[in-house]
Amino acid sequence: MTKDDRILDCENIIVDYDGFKALNNCNFHVKYNELRVVIGPNGAGKTTLLDVICGKTKASSGTVRFGNNIDLTTKNAETITKLGVGRKFQAPSVYGNLSVWQNLDLSLKRASKGVFPTLMGKSTPAERARIDEVLETIGLIAFAYDRAGALSHGQKQWLEIGMVILQEPSLLLVDEPVAGMSDKETEQTGHLLQALSEKQAIVVIEHDMDFVRQIARIVTVLAEGTVICEGTVEQVQANDHVREIYLGRAKVAH
Amino acid sequence: MPESIRPPYDSRETLAFYLTAALFLVVLPLLNVLPSEDSWLHLSDFRLNQFGKFLCFAILALGLDLTWGYCGVLSLGQGVFFGFGAYCMGMYLTMQIGSESVYGSDLPDFMVWTQVKELPWFWVPFKNFGAGLVGALVVPMVFATIFGFLAFRSRIKGVYFAILTQALAFAAWLVFNRNETRLGGTNGLTDFKQILGFRLTDVSTQRALYILTVVALIGAFLLCRWIVASRAGKVLIAIRDSESRVTFSGYTPWVFKLFVFVVAAGLAGLSGLLYVPQVGIITPAQIGVLPSLEVVIWVAVGGRGTLIGAVLGAVVVNYGRSVLTNYFPEAWPFILGGLFVVVVTMFPDGLVGLIRRFFSGKSPARGLAVQKAQGGS
Repeated sequence: MTKDDRILDCENIIVDYDGFKALNNCNFHVKYNELRVVIGPNGAGKTTLLDVICGKTKASSGTVRFGNNIDLTTKNAETITKLGVGRKFQAPSVYGNLSVWQNLDLSLKRASKGVFPTLMGKSTPAERARIDEVLETIGLIAFAYDRAGALSHGQKQWLEIGMVILQEPSLLLVDEPVAGMSDKETEQTGHLLQALSEKQAIVVIEHDMDFVRQIARIVTVLAEGTVICEGTVEQVQANDHVREIYLGRAKVAH
Repeated sequence: MPESIRPPYDSRETLAFYLTAALFLVVLPLLNVLPSEDSWLHLSDFRLNQFGKFLCFAILALGLDLTWGYCGVLSLGQGVFFGFGAYCMGMYLTMQIGSESVYGSDLPDFMVWTQVKELPWFWVPFKNFGAGLVGALVVPMVFATIFGFLAFRSRIKGVYFAILTQALAFAAWLVFNRNETRLGGTNGLTDFKQILGFRLTDVSTQRALYILTVVALIGAFLLCRWIVASRAGKVLIAIRDSESRVTFSGYTPWVFKLFVFVVAAGLAGLSGLLYVPQVGIITPAQIGVLPSLEVVIWVAVGGRGTLIGAVLGAVVVNYGRSVLTNYFPEAWPFILGGLFVVVVTMFPDGLVGLIRRFFSGKSPARGLAVQKAQGGS
């Protein structure tokens, strides 16, 4: 793969928390329109990797190049969001005291999100139609005017995915989207992510191996802050190093 | 089944607001003018003036509700911005005393007895009414912009911001108390005679000031309601619910916080500007730590995040004070403190929450405070 077809290029990233290296020389690349799944044991640095990409955490060293050679390590989170990186957090993070509709309306991609455009702005019919479309996609159309804080856990996850979709990111970072979902919801989420990956690159962190098998084309295994293996689900599961990490940890745990 | 969201303002509450506004704007002044003085319907000049003062406080409380109730930014320094407004107007009124002063000098009395020979430079513009009016609004807003920029930009939030604003209130109190500040020291500014040529002792002047205050309050309320109902108002609530998420929706939270903080400062200035000619005195004691804290209590008692609650809380608590201090003058601080504890622990939505519950007759669409406590995210 050449550098040109990569939307994301993380080189030698180190995140150092007072001597503990959450990421240690991590190299991670994603192609345009790719659906990538990242797995790894607890504390492997999966969430930290997403945090570095979206600007929530600053890398101690290393570079993150995005799209047309933009260096994200020097940008703050708002700018990175505007550049087209969307983030769905692990714990569903929605605005509990706003309605589902308002949550989506705030997230919608707009030319300016400064105070005065936001103060004066009215939603256009096209924007309303777009929000309704996403409401349909995430199955919350019946709850549009309900308080988001009162939704079930799974519904909040879906709402947050909807919010990120409306930002129209070219790179979508999704942290454990199916935690707390029923089997049926999990499957639907998988279909949704696959449909989305036709238009944008998606990085998904997930523990649920059935779900990984459902959606993954290429899986990246992270352990102790670094990428140890990359390949299809079968290749990864057959990899000795990966087995050692998972089984080795399991032995300690029991 | 999730409960639905309360609209930014519902039709019954809007109606209640307009009825109350009409009561204060038309009925109270008429009750002051029309019935003869011994009629039970008669509202004394004293009472009308007192309501004018309470409504000034309501404007002040509206600003705090915007920052604290909606955006979650607790400011314990609103008294300072109120003070800036009040002192600007007070300086104009002081300059209008002219040779009617006790010492008959063109200089204000306090300057005569503190041996100031020449009018300090910052007093000069306040010979002009326009300077008093504009200064009372612009000075607090400019100050809030600088203070807010430094604080919010450095991501100072929550209790740290509250402590910082309390320190600001204390610092302002110290500075205004000094004679060297040339603002009358501990005694403040008082003994005003006239505004724009109208005698402040005249009943008609006071009545006009009262009506102006009601109009200003209605304007302030509509401004706040417009902000709250706009998309920016939703961003404010979003910031309170989950500030970090707002960043990832593409908004810059500190800019929105700065915006409401400055609007609140402007409202506080407006409140001070209307307060001074009606009450006739402004001293550092009215702008320090304690008066700033009282604003928080008004908003909490009325019901935060409702706007109408701020107005209700300011009027009810201050009316309660005027009545109760007649009977138990020493007990008032304890009553006020007790009220705050009871409201915060038992009625987090304040009076408005109780009223809404009463009228809906069932489990209410809960207000913002309760929803927050139950984990908004």
